Amino acid sequence: MEHASFIIGSYVLTFGSIGLYVAWFLRRSRSIDKFLDDKDKPWT
Amino acid sequence: MPGTSTPTGTRATRMLGVVTLAFTVWLVVFGLVVSAEDVVQGSTVRMMYVHVPSIWVAYVAFALTAVVSAVYLSGKNRSLAWDRVAGASAEIGVLFVAISLITGSLWGRLTWGTYWVWDARLTSTAFLFITYIGYLAVRGLGGSFRQRARRSAVLALLAVLEIPLVHFSVVIWRSLHQESTVANSGTDVELDGLMLFTLFLGIVTFTMLFAWMVLHRQRALALQDAVDSHGLDLAIKQRQQEAEVR
Amino acid sequence: MSDTYTATPSLLKVARTIMIKDLRTEVNSRVILNQVAPFSVVIMILFAFALDNDGILQRVAPGLVWLATMFSMLVVVQRTFAVETADGALDALRVAGVDTRALFLGKSVALGVQLCALDVVLVATAFFLYNVQLELSGLLVVFVTVLLACIGLGFIGTLYGGLAAGARGRETLLPLLLLPVVAPVLIGATRATEAGFNSGGAEVSEGWPWSGLLLIFAVIFGVVGSVAFGPLIDE
Repeated sequence: MEHASFIIGSYVLTFGSIGLYVAWFLRRSRSIDKFLDDKDKPWT
Repeated sequence: MPGTSTPTGTRATRMLGVVTLAFTVWLVVFGLVVSAEDVVQGSTVRMMYVHVPSIWVAYVAFALTAVVSAVYLSGKNRSLAWDRVAGASAEIGVLFVAISLITGSLWGRLTWGTYWVWDARLTSTAFLFITYIGYLAVRGLGGSFRQRARRSAVLALLAVLEIPLVHFSVVIWRSLHQESTVANSGTDVELDGLMLFTLFLGIVTFTMLFAWMVLHRQRALALQDAVDSHGLDLAIKQRQQEAEVR
Repeated sequence: MSDTYTATPSLLKVARTIMIKDLRTEVNSRVILNQVAPFSVVIMILFAFALDNDGILQRVAPGLVWLATMFSMLVVVQRTFAVETADGALDALRVAGVDTRALFLGKSVALGVQLCALDVVLVATAFFLYNVQLELSGLLVVFVTVLLACIGLGFIGTLYGGLAAGARGRETLLPLLLLPVVAPVLIGATRATEAGFNSGGAEVSEGWPWSGLLLIFAVIFGVVGSVAFGPLIDE
């Protein structure tokens, strides 16, 4: 594949940055979760 | 993240997550391997399958932000949940605009030979990006939740006014100069059936990804708001625990 | 305002009172005259250092005039709301039941007038330092452009300045919020002034459509701003 570094790089960048963002806020919500009751989480 | 237990997950989001993950793998395989190379662009056309869906999601996200902001302001249902959906959606929109700007400029480097051209669409996308960074900054200003909700809702609606104005003026700004031929050459893609399908698959996949992310993010923001409203003692306890973990 | 308690004063009357109050504050303190105008002249001189070419300077003078206006505007907007929030005057006005639309209109026009005064200084600076050509017909275009652009900028500046005023960290937030929104004004005003200055081979008559565009921006932001200002500054 021609220009493989650019093409694969853009895929890695796309899914990598989405993954990092999701991991960041999920980790954060897990860390504050232990201070909260179930009534703070109406979706459960 | 399917498989691990998250406080913001439910059965529905876990199922959506698994399906989205499968679609993502499908998209990557089709985008990078199965779909054909373009006659004009060659392999660089493969960048389209992440670039175009990214900007699509960004538009969907900002539209959702505007709609839920309008619902909040209309006063029939002043639930802060609307505000949190608006915030989550704008945040994700900013991420996807950034992705599409970067993948777009990489693609431009390959097809136009330059990372950036002062074309009307590119310029107004850059403005879109900056406008919503400003929106997120206003959300982070502090004050009560109601204050944040009203301020940012008004700002989201102002952005809806501002974006077309900026786009319109940038279009006529560019029209004065000689047509930048570089931006129009090399982007004509003859999409065959499989390429069109892959692009469609990308849009579907990214839309599901967006839905999954908004669901989780707005619940994460709800947790954050709950912690903030429970007061200072909680924050202190949290700090202590964080210190112990480290 | 002696009859405030017996009858509700009309919107425009209140707006005028607020405008006069803001302008009087400026006349008394002379911040624009003594600080902002010299600041904008310094910007113009620094542009000359950065570009370092008389021909280029003459060519891009209209854009530099308007860039200097935008930067100076940030200072002026911060100043006009710092005065209001320092001793809770904005809250007092709201508690007194002053219509936020009148507040918005009054403050916008006052800001527009101050920006107009600033632009007279900037156009004069461009004329003397950048050696731009300015004939009578061109001067008319420039005059109308300054007037319309400053009204529009007054509306935009008041709207976003009011939003930033209530919050901490406003000093750094205002440019981020304001500058993307004023981009259309920058484009329109630069092109119109370019025609007025005859720079880049532009005809004077080419300036009028751009002035029309500025008028449209001013009207849009005037109408939308007077609706949105209330909820934005409401605590």
